Amino acid sequence: MTDLIRLTDVEKSYTRGKEKIKIFDKLSMRIEQGDFVAMMGPSGSGKTTLLNLLGGTDKADKGTIEFDGKRIDNLSEGKLTAWRSTNVGFIFQFYNLMPILTAAQNVELPLLLTKLAPAKRRANVATALKIVGLEDRSKHRPREMSGGQQQRVAIARAIVSDPKLLLCDEPTGDLDRTTADEILSTLQVLNRDLGKTIIMVTHDAEAAKFAKRTLHLDKGHFNEQELAA
Amino acid sequence: MNDLTLMSKNLWRKPVRTILLIVSIMIAFLIFSTMVSFNYAISNFNTLPTRMVTLSKINFTESLPIAHYDRILRTEGVAAATHMNWFGGYYQDPARGFLPVFAVDPETYFQVYSEDLQIPAAQRDAFFSERTAMLAAEPVAERFGWRIGQRIPLNSNIFTNATTGGRVWEFTLVGTIPTPPGSSQSGSVLINYEYFNETITFGRDRIGWVPFLTTSATVNEQVANAIDQRFANSADETSTQDEATFNASFAAQLGNIGLVVTLVVGAAFIAILLIVGTTMALAVRERTKEVGVMKTLGFSSGRVLRMVLGESMLLSFIGAGLGVGVAAGLLTLLSSAGGGQGPPISFAPIVLLWSSLIALALGAVTGLAPAMSAYRMKIIDAFARR
Repeated sequence: MTDLIRLTDVEKSYTRGKEKIKIFDKLSMRIEQGDFVAMMGPSGSGKTTLLNLLGGTDKADKGTIEFDGKRIDNLSEGKLTAWRSTNVGFIFQFYNLMPILTAAQNVELPLLLTKLAPAKRRANVATALKIVGLEDRSKHRPREMSGGQQQRVAIARAIVSDPKLLLCDEPTGDLDRTTADEILSTLQVLNRDLGKTIIMVTHDAEAAKFAKRTLHLDKGHFNEQELAA
Repeated sequence: MNDLTLMSKNLWRKPVRTILLIVSIMIAFLIFSTMVSFNYAISNFNTLPTRMVTLSKINFTESLPIAHYDRILRTEGVAAATHMNWFGGYYQDPARGFLPVFAVDPETYFQVYSEDLQIPAAQRDAFFSERTAMLAAEPVAERFGWRIGQRIPLNSNIFTNATTGGRVWEFTLVGTIPTPPGSSQSGSVLINYEYFNETITFGRDRIGWVPFLTTSATVNEQVANAIDQRFANSADETSTQDEATFNASFAAQLGNIGLVVTLVVGAAFIAILLIVGTTMALAVRERTKEVGVMKTLGFSSGRVLRMVLGESMLLSFIGAGLGVGVAAGLLTLLSSAGGGQGPPISFAPIVLLWSSLIALALGAVTGLAPAMSAYRMKIIDAFARR
């Protein structure tokens, strides 16, 4: 398998007041295409920061980040935004759906950035909703749906533009066990059947079992053995 | 779905708030449209570049001796002249509004205002030949239900009728004057000066002002100077001006409408600016996380800026459109119900242009700060903010 993501000597720190907090110091890692990685670690270990760097919503101070063989760490803000819209799907803990839009409209949102015709957009939305099993809820607004259903809509929104990478930040953190397992099963299907590379940040060891492998991050460093596996 | 759908949905996220904002913008534009239309109506009568007016140097309520008229008529460069007196009239009940009744010299008046006096020859001839004849602007006749041939008693709140000792004069309506928008005869009632002059108890052989035509607009200044110099240092000094200036000074007697429009509308718009600006800023702040989500999905900062700005533009234009629409409706109603009392106030088309420009500016000013805030917002900050 080829590498989809390659981080080399990435450094990242934040300034909080007068204090400079180092998150990563020469962090390196590789993630292969088609992988499903669960990323675990205590709060403040840098999981979400890493997800932000991988998704291009934050920038590294030093080091290189490559996606599919091309560097993304040196892209301008505009190019990074365009790259993100075609290559990455995001799934958040609290779904982050637009309350004013229906399920179908929420899913259609990323397609507004494409040049697809309205009919083609509608067809893609219908397909995405069908994949997550919500084709009959397309006209419902978020407040009319359960948490699990809202997360399914968020998954449909993440996959509708057919990105290679899905970044999930605690996708089941706000759901009960049964619903969480349903969501995780859906992610498994996306990884297994559609070949999506998934990186999932979670605190939940049960959730991590759905991934192909688990990486533990602590104080900005991965467990070397897990990383080498 | 497109960006406009998104803007519209965001706008109607809190319907009560949006409706209140739209109503406040609508009221501002309603006031603006009405006042501009009113100002336009009282200052935009048809004028001729060769038509001028001589009146007392003191002000237009001071009369002049009739001898002035003959002298003005003989001034070099004057092609035709007439004279007018303010009658100060009302019909039956002063509560029904005053009537701009003018005592005129019929034949010369028709020469000087020929373009606005296109009436049937029989009516014109009757007005020329009958001393008690009266012409009324069509809306005035319609308002009071006057018919041609009817005897109409008009009251004066200035003069006393020497023949009756009362304040009523009786006239025969011999014709009506069509008054398309801008007509100098709007709302006018014309009576015969000779009859008026013979029956008043004071102010005989005096006239209010002298409208006249020059042979060419190029000699206007020369003619004006000649007339005013002729009467300089006399008991009745004059001021001669072109018709547009005279109309403007006449309108100014009703108050400085332009200043009133500026002050009232300015105050209204500043209030609206603060309300809408604050509300828009609040609305965008409430959506901080959604802005972050949109940027995460790949919406560029520029596109987010355009959408927030577009939302405030949409709000501004909906409010402005409703305000202008309501004003147009009200003014049309007023115009048809007013019956020629005062100048015909109808919706001035210039309002559309000004309203569009003001709505554009209002939308831009109120939306700029929140749009810039959304533009600058970093994704990680958007998700970190509570």
